[in-house]
Amino acid sequence: MNILDFYAVDGALSEEERAVRDSVRRFVDERVLPIIGHCFVEGRFPKELIPEMGSLGLFGANLPEEYGCAGLNNVAYGLIMQELERGDSGVRSFASVQGALVMYPIYAFGSEEQKRRYLPQMATGEIIGCFGLTEPDFGSNPAGMITTAKEQGDGSYILNGAKMWITNGSTAHVAVVWAKTGADESTIRGFLVPTDSKGFSAKDQKGKLSLRASDTSELVFQDVCVPKGNLLPKSGGLKSPLMCLTQARYGISWGALGAAMACFEEATSYAKQRVMFGKPIGGFQLQQERLAEMLTEIVKAQLLVLHLGRMKDAGTFTPQQVSLAKRNNVNMATDIAREARRLLGANGILAEYAAMRHMENLESVYTYEGTHDVHTLILGQAITGLNAFN
Amino acid sequence: MKIAVCIKRVPDTETRIKVSGAKIDETGVKFIANPYDEFAVEAALQLKQKAGGEVVAISLGPDTAQETIRTALAMGADRGVHLKTDGQPYDTLAVAQALAAELKGYDLVLLGKMAIDDYNHAMAPALAELLGLPCVSAVTSLTIDGAKGTAEREVEGGVEVLSFPLPAVISTDKGLNKPRLPTLPGIMAAKKKPMESKPAALGTTRVTVRSLTLPPERPAGRIIGEGAAAVPELVRLLQTEAKVL
Repeated sequence: MNILDFYAVDGALSEEERAVRDSVRRFVDERVLPIIGHCFVEGRFPKELIPEMGSLGLFGANLPEEYGCAGLNNVAYGLIMQELERGDSGVRSFASVQGALVMYPIYAFGSEEQKRRYLPQMATGEIIGCFGLTEPDFGSNPAGMITTAKEQGDGSYILNGAKMWITNGSTAHVAVVWAKTGADESTIRGFLVPTDSKGFSAKDQKGKLSLRASDTSELVFQDVCVPKGNLLPKSGGLKSPLMCLTQARYGISWGALGAAMACFEEATSYAKQRVMFGKPIGGFQLQQERLAEMLTEIVKAQLLVLHLGRMKDAGTFTPQQVSLAKRNNVNMATDIAREARRLLGANGILAEYAAMRHMENLESVYTYEGTHDVHTLILGQAITGLNAFN
Repeated sequence: MKIAVCIKRVPDTETRIKVSGAKIDETGVKFIANPYDEFAVEAALQLKQKAGGEVVAISLGPDTAQETIRTALAMGADRGVHLKTDGQPYDTLAVAQALAAELKGYDLVLLGKMAIDDYNHAMAPALAELLGLPCVSAVTSLTIDGAKGTAEREVEGGVEVLSFPLPAVISTDKGLNKPRLPTLPGIMAAKKKPMESKPAALGTTRVTVRSLTLPPERPAGRIIGEGAAAVPELVRLLQTEAKVL
């Protein structure tokens, strides 16, 4: 049997869900894993994979077929994220941003014309998008954002401000930018901003020790003129970007599971082969405890996201339930990556092995899309009814 | 051009296999499309892209064979035919007779040179014989030009080039192409493609499996020593213990 299917969760997946998972798994095995260690060391996102990811249908795969997307359910979508992050959190982040943070808001808040113009070409990866919400001084508190969009007499908007930690920022053709059109958070609207607009600049963020195989940039808007037709007409208030984050966080809770699975597999295989004191280190109790803890957490996380996915498909899931899954799964993956790295001994610090790369990546995943602490407070509020944010 | 591709459901070679009697224990075993048959599906799809026509994926086996057919449909085959049996029969000729009954009227029949579960290498020649068609086995290159085909095979120390008239039965080897992955829209579309299921007209079974045994566990490696000083001992052990010299 496959040890990673210890609770026979495979049997709870449909044939189509398994087929999707297996196809993405092969793509990751054949195309991502052979190069990703080098990309990480070089600090380069493997752009060359984008067309193939697009033709496989990995972008916005849970959006409808009429817009050129695969029309999958949310469990299949989650399995895509799991498999991509089994490769690398940076590769999964690319797909998360493209699908959940750019295609989803265009689908949910865009006009029919915007959907037809962007979604089919984003599904194939011909158009790449990024999502600008976080600002240098407003991360966990997006309501405080200072980026503004001032409406002009002709209905166009003038955009001023800066966004930070923007995945795909320098690669993107279009940015979904969130800005205040008035004084408070209820005036936040979303805009489709072509990255070749006058006054738009993107600068690569240097010196990252995490998500090195990912493009992370700072965006600056200096009197960028956004035509009236580029406003996402159905966006309104902070709730709109938060809805996008719920989509992305859902995918992340699956993705982190993939990273944990990769680390567990690597640690297990190493423990069975590496001989010390005359026998494989997997024969020693200390390493067995490590592996037993890892498997236990992985099985719990698998059951958690599968149930969450079924609830999402049934339309009954809540953002608080997503917070619990993101918080739990990323945290457990971070712990597993670190323990796997330790089990690998000195070899564990090499890029040839995946554990330390995942360990470093997961520190970003722990921090983005609502930090672990923010999700703690969301749960705290759900439990007590008391707001601990301010 | 009307192309039939025969495709078999086999255990994933990465699965840890357990044997129970003359069968493998299927509990927890992952099944995949036979990788050699995937070369045949890819070849068929490429030929269809060039010359048009229809690609039909055919599999013989229990109901689970339909999943394997859907893999081919997700890759791009047009429709599927499932020849239904209880369990996966072993006897090549009995299976070939059932497949041959279905394979009439095709310009080209493609299938893997062998299935990775039984390693028989026998299906393509058996089908060709029953259908009265020319057969080229284990091809690494295939070109079809009108009613004629050319194929290359890797033979000991070189390459053999053969020509043949259509219709023909061709078995495919590694190196022929790189099979495409089923795309996600392809997986969704596969559910809507036609699939016919009917009882397989199996021939008489004469060959049965009596028992299956797993190879013995490989013992852990041993380090004899280091440098030139260790060579005599290594040679001695290779001669007396491993008996390879």
